[in-house]
Amino acid sequence: MANADCIVIQGSNMAECHPVGFQWVTEAKARGARVIHVDPRFTRTSAVADKHLPIRAGSDIVLLGALINHVLSNDLWFHDYVVNYTNASNLISEDFEDAEDLDGLFSGYDEESGGYHLKSWAYQTEDSEGQDSRGEASDDAAGRGVDNHVFGVEHEHAKGAKQRAEAGGDKFGSGGAPVGGGASVRDETLQHPRTVFQILRRHYARYTPQMVREACGISEADFEYLARSVTENSGRDRTTCFAYAVGWTQHTLGAQFIRTASILQLLLGNMGRPGGGIMALRGHATIQGSTDIPTLFNLLPGYLPMPSVTQQSFSDYVDGIRTTEQKGYWANAEAYAVNLLKAWWGDAATAENEWAYDYIPRINGAHGTYQTLMAMLEDKVEGYFLLGQNPAVGSANGRMQRLGMSHLKWLVVRDLNMIESATWWKDGPEIASGELKTEDIQTEVFFMPAATHVEKSGSFTQTQRLVQWRHQAVAPPGDAQSELEFFFELGKRIRQRLADSEDPRDRPLLDLTWDYPLDEQGEIDPVSVLAEINGRFETGENAGEPLSSYGQMTADGSTSGGCWIYAGIYADRVNRAAMRVPGWQQDEIASQWAWAWPANRRILYNRASADPQGRPWSERKKLVWWDEESRRWTGKDNPDFPVDRDPSARPGPDVAGPDGLAGNDPFIMQADGKGWLFAPKGMLDGPLPTHYEPQESPVANPLYAQQQNPTRVMFPREDNLSAASGDAPGTDVYPFMFTTYRLTEHHTAGGMSRWLPYLSELQPEMFCEISPELAQLKGLEPYGWATIVSPRSAIEVKVLVTDRMTPLTVAGKTIHQIGLPYHWGAGTDAVVTGDGANDLLGITLDPNVQIQNFKTGSCDILPGRRPRGAQRNELVREYQQRAGLTVRTGMDRITDPERELNQDPLRARDSGDTAGRSTAYHPGEHPEDQPANRPADQEEDT
Amino acid sequence: MVRNRVRAEVYPVPMTRFSPMEWPVIRQLRTGDRTGRSSAVESQHTRDLTARTATADRVVQSICPYCAVGCGQKVYVKDERVIQIEGDPDSPISRGRLCPKGSASEQLVNSPGRQTQMLYRAPGASEWQPLELDTAIDMIADRFLESRRRGWQDADEDGRPLRRTMGIASLGGATLDNEENYLIKKLFTAAGAVQIENQARI
Repeated sequence: MANADCIVIQGSNMAECHPVGFQWVTEAKARGARVIHVDPRFTRTSAVADKHLPIRAGSDIVLLGALINHVLSNDLWFHDYVVNYTNASNLISEDFEDAEDLDGLFSGYDEESGGYHLKSWAYQTEDSEGQDSRGEASDDAAGRGVDNHVFGVEHEHAKGAKQRAEAGGDKFGSGGAPVGGGASVRDETLQHPRTVFQILRRHYARYTPQMVREACGISEADFEYLARSVTENSGRDRTTCFAYAVGWTQHTLGAQFIRTASILQLLLGNMGRPGGGIMALRGHATIQGSTDIPTLFNLLPGYLPMPSVTQQSFSDYVDGIRTTEQKGYWANAEAYAVNLLKAWWGDAATAENEWAYDYIPRINGAHGTYQTLMAMLEDKVEGYFLLGQNPAVGSANGRMQRLGMSHLKWLVVRDLNMIESATWWKDGPEIASGELKTEDIQTEVFFMPAATHVEKSGSFTQTQRLVQWRHQAVAPPGDAQSELEFFFELGKRIRQRLADSEDPRDRPLLDLTWDYPLDEQGEIDPVSVLAEINGRFETGENAGEPLSSYGQMTADGSTSGGCWIYAGIYADRVNRAAMRVPGWQQDEIASQWAWAWPANRRILYNRASADPQGRPWSERKKLVWWDEESRRWTGKDNPDFPVDRDPSARPGPDVAGPDGLAGNDPFIMQADGKGWLFAPKGMLDGPLPTHYEPQESPVANPLYAQQQNPTRVMFPREDNLSAASGDAPGTDVYPFMFTTYRLTEHHTAGGMSRWLPYLSELQPEMFCEISPELAQLKGLEPYGWATIVSPRSAIEVKVLVTDRMTPLTVAGKTIHQIGLPYHWGAGTDAVVTGDGANDLLGITLDPNVQIQNFKTGSCDILPGRRPRGAQRNELVREYQQRAGLTVRTGMDRITDPERELNQDPLRARDSGDTAGRSTAYHPGEHPEDQPANRPADQEEDT
Repeated sequence: MVRNRVRAEVYPVPMTRFSPMEWPVIRQLRTGDRTGRSSAVESQHTRDLTARTATADRVVQSICPYCAVGCGQKVYVKDERVIQIEGDPDSPISRGRLCPKGSASEQLVNSPGRQTQMLYRAPGASEWQPLELDTAIDMIADRFLESRRRGWQDADEDGRPLRRTMGIASLGGATLDNEENYLIKKLFTAAGAVQIENQARI
C-alpha cells in the first residue's frame, strides 16, 4: 500500500481497526498519495484522509458502479491491460438478459428455487456459435452449480428448496467455476454488442453522479473528486489501491461489493501491480489461515470443496472442480485432492479405493453456522464446540444464539476467559427476562481453559497470506491446553474407544493418520503437523523428504500433502514460516521474513505488472518482467506465473492446465487466464454486481423494481422478524438506520479484551454515536442513556452526540444513521459488560458465501434505559405490533413479480408460458400468522 | 459496568541522601547537564529503576493474536513467566509498533480474570464445579461418540450416501493456529461431522 498513489478506504475504519497496518497508508501519504475515506461515519481514518465522503450504508455498489460508468464513458480505461488481461472481449450468450432490461433480475431466474440458471451467462464458444450455450459449458458444470441442479429438475416444483440447497455457492472452493471447453469467441475491437465490454457499458449506464446523490447521499462534486482522484492515479505510471473490511462483506450481497471494486480495478489496470489491488483487511490473527486450512463446512484445505452428495465417485468430484480442458493451475486439482487424501489416510488411501474418497462425508446444502443454529433450535444438534468464539455476543440475533445453545445436550467452550457463551445459562438476558430458567436448562457445559498465543508454537496467516510462526515462550498455566493438544488427545481417545469396531462408519477414524511425534513435554509437536500440511514424497529415492512446491504433487499416490497451497513452507525441512531476517536488512518485498503462499509470492497475479510483451508498464511501477537473455520471468517478487513462459506464447485451445496459459494470461487460477469483468459462472446472484437495497432499508431501490437481492438467504421466523422497507406501511415505526463496528481498544465479541483491565478502562461502556440533529429530534442527552429498538430486540446504550455522524439526504428523505460498536455483552464475569449490538440484528445471508448482514438495520431510538425483566420483550413486541410485522414482512423474493418476471424472455421460452405464471410466487398463499419455529428447511426458502 | 480487579501498587520512595555533592547546582555541574533538565534532576529512585526487559531470562519472537495485520512481538520471559510483550522492530510489517490491544497482550496472558481451571456445569445446576481435565476429556469423548451415533445419516431420501453425523457442530478457529485448524478439520471430517464453522464466515 505504501506504493499506491491513491488509496480509497471504503467499508473499513482502518486507522481504528488495523492501526499498525495503517502506518503504510500514512507512509503512502507521506510519499504524496491521496487518501480518500468513504464511510457512513467520520472516524479516525477520515481524520487523516484527504477527504471523507459520508455514504448511506449498503449503497456502495451504486458508488462503485458510477465509477465504472465514469471510466467507460470518459474513455479512461487502461486499453492494453483490459484488452489483453481481462475477458472484456469475450462474447456472452445471445440468451443473456441484463438486470437493466428485467427491472432488477438477470436472465435465468428461477422462482421456485430462488436462484439462477447460469446457462444464459456463459461465454459464446466456437462450437456453440453464439446461439446455444447450453452445450458443453453447461454440461461441464455437472455436480457443481445452480445450473446443473436446478436445470435438471426444474419442473419438480416441490423440491425447490432442496435444489437450492444443493446448488449453493458453497461447493465451488476458491478456484471458482470452470468455464467450458472450446475456443471462446472474442472481439478485440470490443465493438460487438455481446462483448463483455459493451454489456458492462450498458449495465452501468444509469449509475450516474445523479444516481449516486440519490442513492448514497454523496454530492456530485464529491463524486467528481473521487472519480478524478482514482482515474488520475491509475495507468502505466500510477496505481490506486482499494482497502475494505467487513463494511463490504457483511451484506446480503457482500461478495458483489467486492466484485464491483474488482471490475473497476481491472478496468483501470490496477491488479497485480505494486500499489494497486484490493486489500482485504481481515480482522483475526489467522482468519486468512482458517479459510486456507479451513474449519468451514464447505471447504477442505487448499480451497478444495467438500464433496457434495451428487459427487459419489472421486472422478465426479474432481470433474466438479476442474475440466480437463481448462487453463491454469486448478487444472491439476486431482493431484491436490489425492495428496490431501494420502495425508489423511496414508496407506489406507489407494488407487483401488479412489484414495479413500468415500471416507469424506457429503454435504447437501449449506451447513453454515446459521443453518446449524436453526438445527439446534429444532434439537437436531446435541453437541457443540466453541473454540475461541463467542456467538452469544458476536453472531447475529444474539437471543436466537443463546436460545439455540439451551437446546444442546452438551457444550464445550474452550477460551481464555469466562465468556458470555459459557455463562448464558445463569446470567444471560433470557434468564433476566424469564424466558429461560437455569434449573430447567439441561445443557451440560464444559469450560476448558485454553492456551494463549505465547503458550504454544504454531503459525498464523495474516491478511496478505503471510504465514508467520510463533515460538512458545512459556508453558500454559493450570489446566490450560492448546487446541492442538486437546484435539490430538480427543482423537486418540475416540480412536481407542473404537479400536475393536467393525462398523464401516468408524473406518475413517481408525485409518486416520494420527501418530504425530511428541516433543520434550510429551505434547504433540506442531512442526510435525506443519510438515504434513507441506507434504512429502511417499515413494522413490526421496521418500519421507518434504515437497518443495505444489508442482511436485502427483495424482498417483507417490506424494502426500495436507494443503497444496502451503507446499514449500517446510521445503528442505526448514520451517520457512519462522524465517526472520529483519526487515531493515531486506528490500521492500522482504521475502525472507516468514513465507507467503503460494511459493512465497508476495503480490498475486504479478505477471500483470508487466505489459503484454513482458516489459514493466513503467519504470516507476516495475515489479516482475520477462528477461529476454535468460528467457525467464524475473524481478523483485517471485513471479506468479510459469517462470519460463514466453510473453508471446499462445498455446492452442486444446492445451490444458498450466501449459495452456498464454504469455498474456496473468490470472493463472482462472479457467481462461483472464481477469473476469463479467463472471460467466461462480456467482449465484448475478454475473455483474447490481444494486439492491439491504434487507431493511428506509428507501425504495432507486434503480429497479426489485428491492432486495432476490437470491438472499432468509429465515422467516417469529424470532427473526424484519422491518418493512421503502414506503411500505410500518416503516415509520423503525425510522432510523444503524450500523455496527469495532473500536481500537476492543476485539470482536470481547473475549480477548473485555477481561483485560487496561483495555476495559480505555473503553468501558457500550455507546452509540448519533448526530446532533438526531439528538435534537429525539430529545437525547449527551452521555445520557438511550434505548434502541429493532424488530429483534431492545438494547440500552450511552449516547455520544457527535458531528462525526452526518444526516444524509437520500431520495428526498433525511436519513439518520446510528453507529454501534458491538464489543459488549451481557454477563457478569467480564471487567466491563453491556448490551450487545448484535442482539438487534436479524439473520439474512449473502447467497454466495452465507455471510450475515451486520452492517445495516432499521431501528428506533428513545431516551432512557430499556425496561427490565419481561418488559424488555414486551417493548419489542409492542413495536412489532405497531409496525404490523409478520414473518412475511420483508421476505418477498421478488418485489414486483408482474413487472420483473414477465419480462424475462428466456424464462418465457423455457416454460412456454408468458402470461399465466401459474408457478409464479403468490404472496397471498402464505398465511400471515405462520407459527414460529417451523423447521428451517421449509422456511429457508420462500 | 466496570469492575476493578487490579490493586494499585505503591512504590516505596527511598530517602534522598543529604550530601553537598547532591546539591542541585553541584549535581548539575558534576554531570554536565547544562539545562538542568536531564541527569541532574533524576531522582535516585529513577536511577535505580531497570527496565523489565533488560533483566528477562529470554526473549521469544511471536506474532500478535488480535487482528490480521500480523505485527511482530517480542515476548520477555523471566522465571518461566511472561513479564512483558513489546513490538518487534525486526518485523517488516509492523516495524516495532503495536496498537493498544497488542500492547496490552501481556494482560491477555497474566490477566487476573483469566480462567485456568477446568469447570463443569451439570444439567440443571446453578453453578460451576471443578472437574479433572483428564475426566473431562473422557466425558467429551464419550459424548462425542454418542451424539455422533444418534445424529448419523447413512443416506439422503434418494438413497445417495451421506455417511455423516448432524449431531455435532463446532464454531471457531480464526484465532487458532493453522496446525490446530488442520487437526480439527481432519478429526471432525473423519468422524463424519460436517457442521464445522469459523469466524471466517461471520
